[in-house]
Amino acid sequence: MRSKKSWIMALALTSVLALSACGNNGGNNTAGSNAPTETSGAELSGSILASGSTALQPLVEQVAEKFMEQNNGVDIQVQGGGSGTGLTQVAEKQVDIGNSDVFAEEKLKDADEDKAKALVDHQVAVVAIAAVAHPDAGVDNLTKQQLVDIFTGKVTNWKEVGGADQKIQIINRPASSGTRATFEKFALGTKTEDLKGSIQEDSSGTVKKMIGETPGAIGYLALSYLDDSVKTLNYDSVEPSVDNVVSGKYPVWAYEHMYTNGEPNEMVKAFLDYFLTDEVQNGDVTDLGYIPASKMQVSRDVAGNVTNK
Amino acid sequence: MKARAVDKIATIVIVTLALLIVAVLAGLLGYILFRGMSHISWDFLTSAPRKIREGGGIGPQLFNSLFLLILTLLITVPLGLGAGIYMAEYARPGRITGFIRLIVEVLSSFPSIVVGLFGLLLIVNIFGLGFSLVSGALALTVFNLPLMVRITEQAFRSVPAQQKEAGFALGLSKWKIVTTVLFPVALPAIITGTILSAGRVFGEAAALMFTAGMSSPRLDFGNWNPLSPSSPLNPFRPAETLAVHIWKINSEGLAPDAAQIAAGASAVLVITVLIFNLVARYVGRLIYRKLTASRRMN
Amino acid sequence: MQNNETMRVQDRKSRIEKHHIEDLIGRSYMSLCVLLLIISIVSMVYFVTSKGISTFAIDKVSLADFFFGTKWSPEGDNPTFGALPFIAGSFITTLLAALIASPLSICAALFMTEIVPGWGKKLLQPVIELLSGIPSVVYGFVGLSVIVPFLRNVFPGQGIGVAAGALVLSVMILPTITSVAADALSALPRNLKESSFALGATRWQTISRVILPTTLPAILTGVVLGMARAFGEALAVQMVIGNAPFIPKSLFESASTLTSVITLGMGNTTMRSPHNNALWSMALVLMLMTFLFVFIVRLLEKRRSI
Repeated sequence: MRSKKSWIMALALTSVLALSACGNNGGNNTAGSNAPTETSGAELSGSILASGSTALQPLVEQVAEKFMEQNNGVDIQVQGGGSGTGLTQVAEKQVDIGNSDVFAEEKLKDADEDKAKALVDHQVAVVAIAAVAHPDAGVDNLTKQQLVDIFTGKVTNWKEVGGADQKIQIINRPASSGTRATFEKFALGTKTEDLKGSIQEDSSGTVKKMIGETPGAIGYLALSYLDDSVKTLNYDSVEPSVDNVVSGKYPVWAYEHMYTNGEPNEMVKAFLDYFLTDEVQNGDVTDLGYIPASKMQVSRDVAGNVTNK
Repeated sequence: MKARAVDKIATIVIVTLALLIVAVLAGLLGYILFRGMSHISWDFLTSAPRKIREGGGIGPQLFNSLFLLILTLLITVPLGLGAGIYMAEYARPGRITGFIRLIVEVLSSFPSIVVGLFGLLLIVNIFGLGFSLVSGALALTVFNLPLMVRITEQAFRSVPAQQKEAGFALGLSKWKIVTTVLFPVALPAIITGTILSAGRVFGEAAALMFTAGMSSPRLDFGNWNPLSPSSPLNPFRPAETLAVHIWKINSEGLAPDAAQIAAGASAVLVITVLIFNLVARYVGRLIYRKLTASRRMN
Repeated sequence: MQNNETMRVQDRKSRIEKHHIEDLIGRSYMSLCVLLLIISIVSMVYFVTSKGISTFAIDKVSLADFFFGTKWSPEGDNPTFGALPFIAGSFITTLLAALIASPLSICAALFMTEIVPGWGKKLLQPVIELLSGIPSVVYGFVGLSVIVPFLRNVFPGQGIGVAAGALVLSVMILPTITSVAADALSALPRNLKESSFALGATRWQTISRVILPTTLPAILTGVVLGMARAFGEALAVQMVIGNAPFIPKSLFESASTLTSVITLGMGNTTMRSPHNNALWSMALVLMLMTFLFVFIVRLLEKRRSI
């Protein structure tokens, strides 16, 4: 009886070890050898692993679900972890797709520059970012210079930019944030240093909650998060609307990227192509508050140069 | 006379502060339950979350939390029993035993975020297990194991020495004594301790964000083949647990009722921990009674 | 007859062998478990250390710049990696939390053991267990929706900041300190107390002159364990502290801790980038602090046994 018990213990242990060994293989295989088993084109099967940006994750998950419904043999797993994690993992072939809020070149620098070159960019959506303030700030437009003054600490009271007599409270993002990088690059045109007393939150939900609750607060949010609890500010008298972004009038926007390491295999390509169909671009992408990449009348490269399409 | 007055004042202060702690807990529980209970329904507990529309539930997250807990206990209980029994019965006091005890102490006081990062580096990236339930369970093992070791060791040490001596007198081998004499007596304490530590595993978030992942693929609750990717039982799928879900929905929730969902999920989490506490007490007492009763009959 | 004899001998032999084998299996299994414990800590120390020192070894940030630099600008054109604001933030919140929680916990322990040992223990024991069971995200959630608005209304500032972090942490470490202190108090030899009472001392005189001085090392152990927990807590603090990389000048000013900057930055940076390495260095600091806390606890325990 007793020896039986110890055997069960030993068995449990070995099975755990065996399981983790299997997992090891599975993990290594996903990126390397998941080429579709059938190459006939119509029937796809295999698995795709994507990871990265938490902001992009809901969209990719939703599109993946629809894609899996149409292709029964395909299994897509979408994981979060942040843009940096996604880029690291796709560069090291641990995942098939790395989701990122920023160009890979901006994250993989210096020693990792070669890795960025190996990655192929697929721009699936555009996210626009608007400056927002607490409703009582009494301002509905800020110029670029005013924004720079606020975020560099030159202006500390709303009355200096034509608003109420109220101290300005900055709700910023951490230095690693993609949203902050976009805002600084295209709204301020300069990198800013953190100011003493500023609040930093990574997540849009928390930022929105704080701006809505804190008198005199200013921050920035993606268009999908805007509602009546915060006041959306015009930028240089341009309203941050979808139309203005599409036509290129409103400059504070960035692509959402899905990177593959080298050219994607047939199945991954089918998934990424599906992303760019009208069904997805005008459906899920718009539903979740993004702007369809296919609709954009302008395009932008890594260096930030905008060209008309 | 003065000493009496001081004594009285001191007593009042101590009682007030002690009752303040009770009030803090009552306030905390009251707040969480008051805000969350109205949102809890069978539908909320079983349906899948929705990304942008309201009415989403926490079904998969609740399942993930429980499944991850079971996986973790499957790994830690046998290992913890082994190491704990070794420490209590086999290890001779000395340098090595002292060293192992130090390890247990250090491991159990590691910040969970450091454990999470370690898991991200070693289990997720180097072992290639990816964001998965197994990765999460292994990370949780790192700090649940020392707890199990300590629980087992204490439970074995608290067994009266006469019982062991009686076993030796009967000429039983040490292993026999450990498994047939000491183990049944130590069992109630081990079970109580395990269930209490399970509460901690259930609520852990920081170590899981980077190991079990923050996403939950669609689950097909009709598919119980553990190797199929959409099966709830597949241990190699990423799994967002309830605690991580609260964190995520507080920060990135796009659904209009995100605040209510967070409150509801918090209430579910706290209620589960409450249940663990009650069950731990009840089971411990029950087993103790059963064992002592059967002993008397012999 | 003879046949029967040999059979009995054989039977005994096989039984002995069976015991031996069982013993052997048991022993080797247990040694394996212990070995796994050792492997897990060794690999953890190895990986965290090797990642943590790459800031200094590969990115050539000097130790002084990291530990005493006050400017944290990891993504700037001239990146600087001053981690002092985070180290200071961690220490300030931890010490404040211990300052708030210790008197409360000691009173609770005295209440349970000295003042009303009967129902006091029945009342507080489950309370303490429940408080320690509540997950840290729930503490953060409650902190953000109760403590922060409260502080904003009562004190100057935005409510978010060091004070909010310390308050949340103090509730989280209450159970740790209380249970250690209560254990120490109830382990006190009864005659010590009784002789004090016999000399005509009041309860408070006994507590303040006899009980607390003798149990001080044990109570301090509880405080240090609580501080260790506060130092390593991540999510609850990050939700309420504001996360500005500066050494706060007031209690109601936004600040950061080591854990909060790690949770904010880790996912958004790529492995091996200088920013990411700097975060690992902070994880290394957290780990070294854990060693230090355990070391202090050991020292206190040694004093207790004398």
